[in-house]
Amino acid sequence: MSKKVKSIQENGQNLEYISNDSWIADCQIIANAIRRRVLSHTVKHGGYLSQACSAAEAFSYLYAKGMNLGPSKGPLLPPPFSGSPSIKNREQKSGMLYNGERHPDRDRFFLSPTHYALTLYAALIESGRLGERSLDQFNVDGSTVEMIGGEHSPGHETNGGSFGQTISQAAGVAWARRKKGEKGIVWIFLSDGECQEGQTWEAIMTMSFYRLDNIKIIVDANGQQVDGRTDEVMALRDLEAKFKAFGANTKTIDGHDLKALHKAFAKPHLDKPLVVIANTEPYRGINLLKDRYPNLHYVRFKSEEERENYAKALDNM
Amino acid sequence: MSAIEIITRVHAKSIEEWGQSNPNALVLSGDLTTSCEVDGFRDKFPDRFLSMGLAEQNMMSFAAGLAREGFIPHVHTFAVFMYRRALDQIEMSIAYPNLPVKLFGFLPGVTTPGGASHQAINDIAVIRSLPNFTILETGDATDVESVIELANSINGPVYIRMVRGALPRLFPAEDKIELNKARVISTGKDIALFSTGICTEEAMRAVELLRICGVSIQHLHVTTLKPFSDPQVISAIKGARFGTISMENHCINGGLGTCISEIIAEHKLDTRLMKIALDDTYLQGASTKFLMRRYNIDALALITQVEKLIGKKLNVSEEDLRQARIDKYFNEKQQEAL
Repeated sequence: MSKKVKSIQENGQNLEYISNDSWIADCQIIANAIRRRVLSHTVKHGGYLSQACSAAEAFSYLYAKGMNLGPSKGPLLPPPFSGSPSIKNREQKSGMLYNGERHPDRDRFFLSPTHYALTLYAALIESGRLGERSLDQFNVDGSTVEMIGGEHSPGHETNGGSFGQTISQAAGVAWARRKKGEKGIVWIFLSDGECQEGQTWEAIMTMSFYRLDNIKIIVDANGQQVDGRTDEVMALRDLEAKFKAFGANTKTIDGHDLKALHKAFAKPHLDKPLVVIANTEPYRGINLLKDRYPNLHYVRFKSEEERENYAKALDNM
Repeated sequence: MSAIEIITRVHAKSIEEWGQSNPNALVLSGDLTTSCEVDGFRDKFPDRFLSMGLAEQNMMSFAAGLAREGFIPHVHTFAVFMYRRALDQIEMSIAYPNLPVKLFGFLPGVTTPGGASHQAINDIAVIRSLPNFTILETGDATDVESVIELANSINGPVYIRMVRGALPRLFPAEDKIELNKARVISTGKDIALFSTGICTEEAMRAVELLRICGVSIQHLHVTTLKPFSDPQVISAIKGARFGTISMENHCINGGLGTCISEIIAEHKLDTRLMKIALDDTYLQGASTKFLMRRYNIDALALITQVEKLIGKKLNVSEEDLRQARIDKYFNEKQQEAL
């Protein structure tokens, strides 16, 4: 029996395109480059490094394979911050420009834990949507390339800093898009820590109630949050069972396995949102981080020696 | 005073009419559809009515998502479940992106026997501190009838403090609510009186008696709490001999009285301000009439403050005020079910 036929039999759908795996090598190159770029930035400034380690494959998959986005409409070097949206300030451009123009058939991307902003910027750079010099503006006063992204930050459409809100907003967008007859998918990137927020479950319940099957969610289940290991801060137990119980179609995979990611997102999910729980390691690709485990949320070097070690790791990547 | 017309379920009718002529209008409800008078809209436009259940945080953010796609969400629930329970969502999902979401908050202050959990006593204070928000407050049938159109004329988030059920028509139907423009109810040189919401009807009864006692009142019914820059406010204060009174069904901090005190300070107006408001306290569940008396936001409270300003007793009794009722609204001791 051919691989293709076997796969169709097992999954009940046509996965022919998966049998052509040439994209995987390209995506892995991008994932590695995301880690490298974030590490390079961290060596200089400190930063949200572990998020890049756990989610590099997810972001490379989304931007290089999964999402159907138009070409970026944002300038390679992002404009400075001109003020929050208001009746007096209609000038500030949304960071969503970097995900291409709105189009009925195109997808939309919502980053919920905007603490992953640096990883998102790196993904935009590696997929040619943002100039690499943009990171010089990271967390610089007056810049839009903020540490925890705002609506104006490249690749962002909402301010997700207060957890649990972006998923509900994206659900509203998905309801509205379906109402308008649009074909595009609404993609949401979640982290596992924010599944402790009640609003996350209100949102899943609502997506399921309104049969929003134009939503695909990836959960970066890296098992760590600010205070340490998620199991010790507030254990989530069986995350997949929870999503299923709230009415989502679910799949749990190895989040570093690009082929598994693609296969999971190809799963049919009629009348339900699809939630792919990507089990990941917050030190993947940068073994040095294991020494700090489980305090990985934000990497701030304790000594010059530690910085040197990370600089060496960067040289060896 | 002539008999006042009483109209029931004013919002129910007007939101249906709005839905008829505005295909982008959506109504969201947090399991309080009949209580917020949107059951008719639900039945007439089922595909534009979203039942959001008891999940107000999600409802606020979800509404923001709908607004991002060009719809105008009209969110309905009790005010407390908006500005208290879902304040972060109102701020980060709606106010921060300046989205045209219209929040219809019901049961202001003493208008419910539902107790502290249901009584919105500090909603204006809280929402007034939010950038981008406009705040409107209704006090009669005409306000409620015309507030949807006004809220939709504002390209941004709007919070509307709603009254419901049987409402007096204090203002002619064609005299629609206007942004940042108070309604002048009576003119006078002795005292500038500003009232909002249900306090206006209460004040009108006292003003009538005060006129008979020889005290003339410049009485303005305020319907916009943010922005608060109506030039009529300044001229009324300037024109009042004895001083200024604010009267509201809201806590004393951060509501109408505070708005007026800011105007007085900013414009260096030479006046004394007496604030009639809930005096920094939570309430209990009881009838509107009882609570207005107990917490001193009724017509008698107004008489007392006027007496302080003019420096003499007017010998107006509760019975006199009862006789001066301008409608049968409170006489029926109406207590609405939740």
